[in-house]
This record gives sequence, C-alpha cells and structure tokens, in this order.
Amino acid sequence: MVSVQALRRVNFWGGMITALTVVLAIIWAFPLYWGVISSLKPEDEVVRPYIALWPETLTFQHYIHAITATQIGNWYVNSVAVAVGVTLITITSSMLCGYALSQLSFPGRKLLWWLILASFMVPTQALIINHFVLVAQLDLLNTWAGIMLPQLIHPVIIIVYKQFFDQVPRDFREAAVMDNAGEFRILSKVYLPMNWGVTTALSIVTFIWTWNAFLWPFLSVTRTEMMTITVGITQVNDAFGVYYARELAAAVLAGLPVALAYLLFQRKVTEAITLSAGIKG
Amino acid sequence: MLINRRKDTLIAAVLVAPFLAIYLLVFIWPTVQMFGISFTDAPLIGDGNFVGLDNYARLDSDPRFRTAAWNTAYFVLLTVLPGTIVALLIALGVSRLKGRAQSAVLALFFLPYILPVSVVYLIWDWVLNFQFGISMHILDWLGIDRVPITKTRAWFMPAMAVVTIWWTAGFSILLFLAGLRAIPAEIYEAASLDNASRWTVFRKITWPLLYPITSLVFTIQLISQLKIFDQVYLFSQGGRPNDNMVLVYYVFQRAFQQDQGGRAAAVAVTLFVLVVAVSVLQFQLLRLSGGRR
Repeated sequence: MVSVQALRRVNFWGGMITALTVVLAIIWAFPLYWGVISSLKPEDEVVRPYIALWPETLTFQHYIHAITATQIGNWYVNSVAVAVGVTLITITSSMLCGYALSQLSFPGRKLLWWLILASFMVPTQALIINHFVLVAQLDLLNTWAGIMLPQLIHPVIIIVYKQFFDQVPRDFREAAVMDNAGEFRILSKVYLPMNWGVTTALSIVTFIWTWNAFLWPFLSVTRTEMMTITVGITQVNDAFGVYYARELAAAVLAGLPVALAYLLFQRKVTEAITLSAGIKG
Repeated sequence: MLINRRKDTLIAAVLVAPFLAIYLLVFIWPTVQMFGISFTDAPLIGDGNFVGLDNYARLDSDPRFRTAAWNTAYFVLLTVLPGTIVALLIALGVSRLKGRAQSAVLALFFLPYILPVSVVYLIWDWVLNFQFGISMHILDWLGIDRVPITKTRAWFMPAMAVVTIWWTAGFSILLFLAGLRAIPAEIYEAASLDNASRWTVFRKITWPLLYPITSLVFTIQLISQLKIFDQVYLFSQGGRPNDNMVLVYYVFQRAFQQDQGGRAAAVAVTLFVLVVAVSVLQFQLLRLSGGRR
C-alpha cells in the first residue's frame, strides 16, 4: 500500500517541479516582454542605468516613427505578397501531387515518392549560389517572384497530404466514381472538404515559415524598397546614431503577424508543426 | 480497363506537373550545377575553366575554412545535446500541467520559435548590449566584469548557442510533448501501484518509450545547426565575421562578397554531403532500432 507520507512527499516534489516549470516559462518569455516594453519607452528612458519593468512615460512615438518615416510599410507589403504567394502555390501544388500519390496508380509513382523522401535531406543553404545564378538568369532579382521561387517547395506538405488522403474511406471515392465524377471533381468535392482542417493548418505554418525566411530574401534583394520586413529591419539604418527603442519597435512590428497567427491558431500551428516533423500529433 | 489506366496516367501527370516542375527547377538543377561549378574557377555569375579538384585541395590550407569548420563543429557541440536535454526537461515539466494551464505555459516556451530570426537578433542584441543591456545588470549583480559579449571571440559562440536554444527549444518541446502524450497512462498507473520512484519510472518507462522521439529531435537539431548562418551573420555585423566564420557564412562570403563561385561551391558541396550523410545515418539507425523491437 502507498503510505500517506509517501503520497505527500510525491505531491510536494511534484508541486515543486510544476512551480519551477512555471517560473522558468516566465523567465523564458522575459526577453520578449523586455523587447516590447523597451519599445514603449522614450529613448532617454531606455538607456537609464537601472531596470524599470514598466515605462515611466508610455509612448507609441517609435511605432509612429516606424510607420510614417521608414520604409516599413513597403516591407510589410513585400512580406505579405511573398508569404501569400508562396503559401498558395506550395499548398496547391503539394495537394495535387499528394492526391495523385494517394489515389492514382501511374508509372513512376514509386520513383516520385522516393524523390520526395530524398529531398528531405537537401540543405537549401548549400544551394544559395545556384539559386542566385538561376534567379539572376531569369532576371528576377529584386522581384517578388525571385524571392518566392526557391521557397516554393516544402516536400513534407505532400507527405502530410498523402497521409490524410490515404485515410479517407474508399467508399467515398467509389460512390463518386459511380456518379461519373472526374478526378478534379472528386478532389474538390470530397477529399478537400474532408481535409479543410489540415489545409488551414499547413497554410498557416507555410505563411509563418515564409514570413520568417531570412537568408534567401537577404541574398536576392539589394534594393531597399524591395526588401521583406525580416531583411529590412536588420539591414537599413536610416538615421545616424543608435535608437534602441526605435529598432525594437520595428522588431515588434515584424514579429507581430506571426506571433498573432500563433496565438490565434495555437492548436492548428502546433498540429501542423508536429505533423511536419513526421509525427502524428 | 486499358483506357482507364491511360486516363489515370494522364490525370496523374497533370496533377504532379506543377510540383515536379518546381522541384526540377529549384532542387535538382541547382544541385547538379553546384557539383559542376565546384570543379571550376567560375565567378558567381558566368563560366570558368575546369580546375579538377583544386578548389577542394585548397580548403585544407585555407585558414578561414578551418575556422569555419571548427566554429560549426563547436556550435553543434554547444547546441545539439544541450538543446535536446533542456527541451526534454522542460517538456517533462510542462506535461505535468493540464488543459489551459498547459497551453499557456507551452505558449511561453514556444513563442520565440515562431518569430523571425531578425526579431530574435534585435531583442537579444538589446538584452546583451554592452552599455545598456539588461544582462549586464545581471553580470554586475554576480560581481562579474562587464563584457561586450557579441564582440568577444570567446563569448560569441556560447552566446549564439544560448540564443539559438532559447529560440528553437519550443519546437523540440512540442515534439517531446507529443511523444509523452503517446505513452499510455495505464503504464504509469501500474508503476505507481508498484510504488516505483520518480527516477525509476523515468528510467524504466518514459526514457525507453520516448527514445524514438529523442533521436528524432537530436537529428533534426544536428542537421539544422550544421546549416547555421542567420544568427552568426546578424550578430557579426559591425564585428569581426572572420573570427565567427561558419560553413554557410564561408559559402556566402566567397560567392557573394569575393565573387568566387567555384571555390564557394566546393564548400557548399562539402556541407551538402555532410548533411546527407547525417540524414542517411539517422535513417539507418532508426531502421535498425525499429527492427530490434
């Protein structure tokens, strides 16, 4: 039998571990809080030699400055355009390919599947030289299309789609075939509606991944007005001297869309990310 | 029947075409080209003469390449195993919480992972700022002399490791949590009936059942840390990038700053082969451990 003392002891240590986890979580998120709160202080308050967890004067002046006096508006438009474009193209092409792999038999199916699995290993960072050559030859440097092109592939999305399409009971397909429905009709009327959940989840994370991309957007754009926001806020200093709070306000603006996407769709985001690592959540 | 199959093939070709076209254009073609130009003295854009294995032979005596290789290895050492352990411990803690409390605490650990590297850089550059950074108050409080952390060679990589673990741990925690949830509660109930201690339960139940996830987290991190560039580049701005050189940075510098596409490609190929080798090894290990059960 479990003695009462033993149970108490277990509860005490269990409680300690839980408390420790919560404290660590707060410490973990503290740099984020510190970044946000510093961006809401006047510049002279930011550089005071002591720690003030709350601003004496709360100000949005740095945000107003970022929006009205820098190119951040441009960068936002570029980031949104690129992220939406990549998401649409990647999700559509992956869904179609995943459907073919799951539901149709055709010569070369095995080879295609093998190619997709093999592509997991390819480090895209190693391909930057030849991506640059390719995009330069197509005359797409400093354009949205050029920023998008090498980012249009996430093989894992095809694999996730195939898994989900595989799970749709065969009866649905047979019924649709009996009705003389074509493949595109079956996909759009049966398979897609049954998998809206995973489609939204994958779209959200593809958007986040593209929004966050740094290396390729950084290499393929040299004109400041064509930069995405992740590149722009680190590469352009449009004023002399250092303005810490201003930089942090720009950082908050750059992180806001993805942070909001995560906080609003927490379940979906974590589901898609777990799936993309090859685990069923 | 035959017509049906031919129709199937045609439809499949149409469905697969968009993906396949992009795949050939941005995966296969650049990979082939990368190998090709690594045997030439080509600039970034344009043709070069065939030089055989020269570009590879020169790596051994190139001090910057050596720095890059060492720093990458050092960074891997500082992040992969420590990152896995930190994430496992946090996941064990988080898994004790239930419902909304768990999602809230998980969100605090996970938020950094969802942010772009630029934001992570700006926040930590501010936290580590030599004059006004909040971390300097902590050094003062501990009685340690202030150091310009990102400008000091000895501190640079460890600092990058801390920032990287802080940034990416959320992902590993998420995977560990999924693994922990998959362990049936009955096993733990049986163990508690046997009065097993917390440590025994971990060692005999949690750890073995979690092993596949642990090895997955470990390899995913190993592969992504081999490819480190963004943080190192951003934190080296205005500093001494040549001291903080890593493999991808070397490729970037040779190709884009020194216009030596061929020599850069040799290092890109090296990285490529390294990452593929690790992936294949991982796959084999998983298959072997899967076959044992």
